Amino acid sequence: MSVGHRLLAPGDSPVHRCPAHLKVLGLLGFMLLVVATPAAWYPAYGGYLLVLAVVIGVARVPPLHLLRRMVVEVPFVVFAIVLPFVAHGEQVEVLGLMVSQPGLVAAGTLLAKATLGVLAGLTLAATTEPHDLLVGLERLRLPSMLVQIMSFMVRYLDVVTDDLRRQHIALSSRGFTARNPRHWPVLARSIGALFIRSFERGERIHLAMLSRGWSGKMPRGMSSEMSNR
Amino acid sequence: MSTPVLDVRGLAHAYPDGHQALYGVDLHVHAGERVALLGPNGAGKTTLVLHLNGILTAGAGSVAVSGLPVTKANLQEIRRRVGIVFQDPDDQLFMPRVRDDVAFGPANLGLRGAALDRRVLEALEQVGMAAYADRPPHHLSFGQRRRVAVATVLAMEPEILVLDEPSSNLDPASRRELAEILESLDVTVLMVTHDLPYALQLCERSVILSDGVVAADAPTRELLSDAALMAAHRLELPYGFDPSHT
Repeated sequence: MSVGHRLLAPGDSPVHRCPAHLKVLGLLGFMLLVVATPAAWYPAYGGYLLVLAVVIGVARVPPLHLLRRMVVEVPFVVFAIVLPFVAHGEQVEVLGLMVSQPGLVAAGTLLAKATLGVLAGLTLAATTEPHDLLVGLERLRLPSMLVQIMSFMVRYLDVVTDDLRRQHIALSSRGFTARNPRHWPVLARSIGALFIRSFERGERIHLAMLSRGWSGKMPRGMSSEMSNR
Repeated sequence: MSTPVLDVRGLAHAYPDGHQALYGVDLHVHAGERVALLGPNGAGKTTLVLHLNGILTAGAGSVAVSGLPVTKANLQEIRRRVGIVFQDPDDQLFMPRVRDDVAFGPANLGLRGAALDRRVLEALEQVGMAAYADRPPHHLSFGQRRRVAVATVLAMEPEILVLDEPSSNLDPASRRELAEILESLDVTVLMVTHDLPYALQLCERSVILSDGVVAADAPTRELLSDAALMAAHRLELPYGFDPSHT
């Protein structure tokens, strides 16, 4: 399965069928609302979660599908855990540990908002084909240059991941496993090599486009919207 | 004699870093010919190919396609006339669907609507891939992707098809299928290749490019049978292959 499709939970629900641009607008509105909600309004957060749960329920996206993909939130969780210990302000005792009271509130808010955001984003990704998402963004008049860049990303994500996988296999085959920080320079160099290779591929793609008469912008009548007929 | 489709005269090229790749190449390809361009790695084959449609510009000498010189002013028409199929189909196929990729070239030339759709379908039919028009290219097998890459260029109705290592990385069945497709096309072909049996099968004439000059230009069978010439330019036949017995 392609990387772009790994987020997708195929189905035929009203949420799946809803035009992509409406879903993008919905997500945007929802996120603005969540971000604008003052800290520690926990009942409001509960309400948002309920809304999301209803949407997920209607879409019949398996909860496990979403839960597994929520690992992207881990960096935020780590930050939220650290926050009460490093923030200033009034100290309170929790489970025998002295922590900052404002830090605790900030951490709770951060965690709640991040979880809502990640869950909402994953729900969009689970119910929308990557290609349809691009069409939706185009319909929302996102500059076509940006849509093009994203469409290249969708197209080449697999190619680059394959490169990475082959590199990894080649390293492992020579007995390399990254166990401790002493191995990081090797990883850094392999990422560097991957970057150079991807960069060179970009140049070759550009050449191939020029060779077919590309003159700087996608020909009219060639947008993904048209090809979606 | 008629105007050659490809007329390269005294072409020399040095890269900005000072490395000179071509030292005066003369090459003529006439309509309907299939010519193989042979030569060891680093002989300047790719550099030559990139001159044919004006990606690189000549340091000295000239390139003309059916009489039209390759200059900045003619680039768009030159790129219609010269269709280059690059070695890695992943570089050539970048759109979400096969059909979009094949449409990209003709749409750049201004084709729209039903005429564009027809052109796309014809090109895909020529390579036997019409059934895959709505598939994403990255879901196809390597051989299928190579065939679609050929279609993306055929859709521009080029006067000459330039293929860079068409048989590389193909399994024997895909390699044979591609040969059958290339033989069925009514188009002039210049084929860069290390696959000498493939050159013999498809091209009546071959040109050896070595150290930036044309070292030989003769019927393919004659070239491949000349052991001294082959050895001088680091060309070797596969084990057990005898060009006089095929």
